[in-house]
Amino acid sequence: MDVTAGTAFVLEGHALVAGEAAGQLLVASEPLSFWGGYDSDTGEIIDRRHALSGLNANGRILAIPSTRGSSTTSAVLLEAIRAGKAPAAILTSEVDAFLALASIVAGEMYQSALPVVALRPEDFSRLRSGVRATVERSGRVRVGVGPV
Amino acid sequence: MSTSLTDHDRALLAGEHGEAPRMAMSILTRMAEVQGAEALLDITQAHIDSALYMGDATLEYAERLAGLGAHVVVPTTLNVAGVDPHDWERWAVPPEWAAKARRQMEAYQGMGCTPSWTCAPYQTEARPEFGQQIAWGESSAIVFANSVLGARTERYPDLLDICAAITGRVPAVGLHLDENRRGRVLFRLGDIPSSLQRDDALYPVLGHWIGSVAGHRVPVLDGFEAAPTEDQLKAMGAAMASSGAVALFHAVGVTPEAPTLDAAFHGGRPSEVIAVTMDLLRSARADLHTAGGDALDMVVLGSPHFSLEEFRTLAPLLEGAERHPDVRFLVTCGRAVKLIAEKAGLLGPLERFGGEVTVDTCILTTPMLAAETRVLMTNSAKYAYYTPGLLRRAMAFGSTVDCVRSAIEGRVTRDDSAWT
Repeated sequence: MDVTAGTAFVLEGHALVAGEAAGQLLVASEPLSFWGGYDSDTGEIIDRRHALSGLNANGRILAIPSTRGSSTTSAVLLEAIRAGKAPAAILTSEVDAFLALASIVAGEMYQSALPVVALRPEDFSRLRSGVRATVERSGRVRVGVGPV
Repeated sequence: MSTSLTDHDRALLAGEHGEAPRMAMSILTRMAEVQGAEALLDITQAHIDSALYMGDATLEYAERLAGLGAHVVVPTTLNVAGVDPHDWERWAVPPEWAAKARRQMEAYQGMGCTPSWTCAPYQTEARPEFGQQIAWGESSAIVFANSVLGARTERYPDLLDICAAITGRVPAVGLHLDENRRGRVLFRLGDIPSSLQRDDALYPVLGHWIGSVAGHRVPVLDGFEAAPTEDQLKAMGAAMASSGAVALFHAVGVTPEAPTLDAAFHGGRPSEVIAVTMDLLRSARADLHTAGGDALDMVVLGSPHFSLEEFRTLAPLLEGAERHPDVRFLVTCGRAVKLIAEKAGLLGPLERFGGEVTVDTCILTTPMLAAETRVLMTNSAKYAYYTPGLLRRAMAFGSTVDCVRSAIEGRVTRDDSAWT
């Protein structure tokens, strides 16, 4: 049953790495460093100072404004993609090169790129955790559609 | 928008110089599109974080490139590795991890990189010059190169840094370009007492707080009564690059692109002006301290890697004393600095104290800590920031003197007088 149909909406994002995905949103308003912040063996958010600490992003559509800090973030995400523990897609509110890179290299190495879409900040702020969303190749994000 | 490429770029992309440069250029040009670069530009030095073993993916990437005959075309140093190949057996590093981490080290050395194995390459001869276009990985080294040396590098993530070294080309974006090096937010230091300004303990705390506020914006710090030392700037920058995505800061009258406040803002105005108060610094210091009681298993110094000057400062603090038998005392540094410190006679006091040195890596990048090592103490904001998440251990945070005293007493003890 689609319990969120009343609030469904469509966002036009910029596909940094194009692809299709569907899943539940996991949303934070603060940036996340994957190094020290994301366990590539499990998908758990492990930055104890982060609002998503303890939650698992594997298979979810992870929405964070951007990454921060460490330049090892891309390697951690590449490991997660290889291990099958990455998010289904990542949405950001600004162009984040670190995330795009991991996905581009995963495409080169494993033919399995992860969709990475940059949204306008005002669109990003409409996202809520737990709501279902789909990501299309064009960068269009449909929120609140499909089975919950 | 499309990135304009030179004939040479296109030849690399077409595989005319081999498969490894083709793969590197393919990744670089896709990144250039993502970043909206109008063109690529030449770099004349690189520092590679990709050699850090994180798992099978980073190793497969290294061996793919090496297997394709990749070779760097600019002088290239290597950041910390996933293991200290000299004495990992004395620690809890699993043999399988050590073997794979060494394979990854060998792959990058085989590409012609210098085996510097340090997060502080500016402590070696590979110190870039003012205005030099470089491609560096390692967040703490990036912020140092940009801010303290005035070299120009974007924040190169793992995987991309080696592509730059193999091709000598990078997207012409971000901090490579003048306009993006302008200060954005002004921090006034007027409330920080002179005594604390002279104290090493200020800088990691100040950096930790500024990073969390500045985020991606270039911070400008105004109000230093005297120029901080290079190690103080190193500690502050590393802290900013941990709690925030700071890759460049200006310190008015201190760093080379900020002779004046006006120069730091390129004649423009700050988007925000923030007064740094002692209350804010006290809460930042408390935030770094994640240990509960006073139990202590290990003291660790050297993130970023310990410098010769830091060894020089540490030695007299250790002279005539000995660590508590239950507390290990570790310094992490680059292999070159260890060699020089040894020749300078600075390792003797450390050894007599019962301390140890690990080179080429650090506690965050190799699984060296035994399960029973639960509570650590450091003077480094970077160690303090990442330890709870990466190592799932508590970290006490104090000054260098606090760390030494705690190692002697066998329990966490901190002198708060400078912060009241």
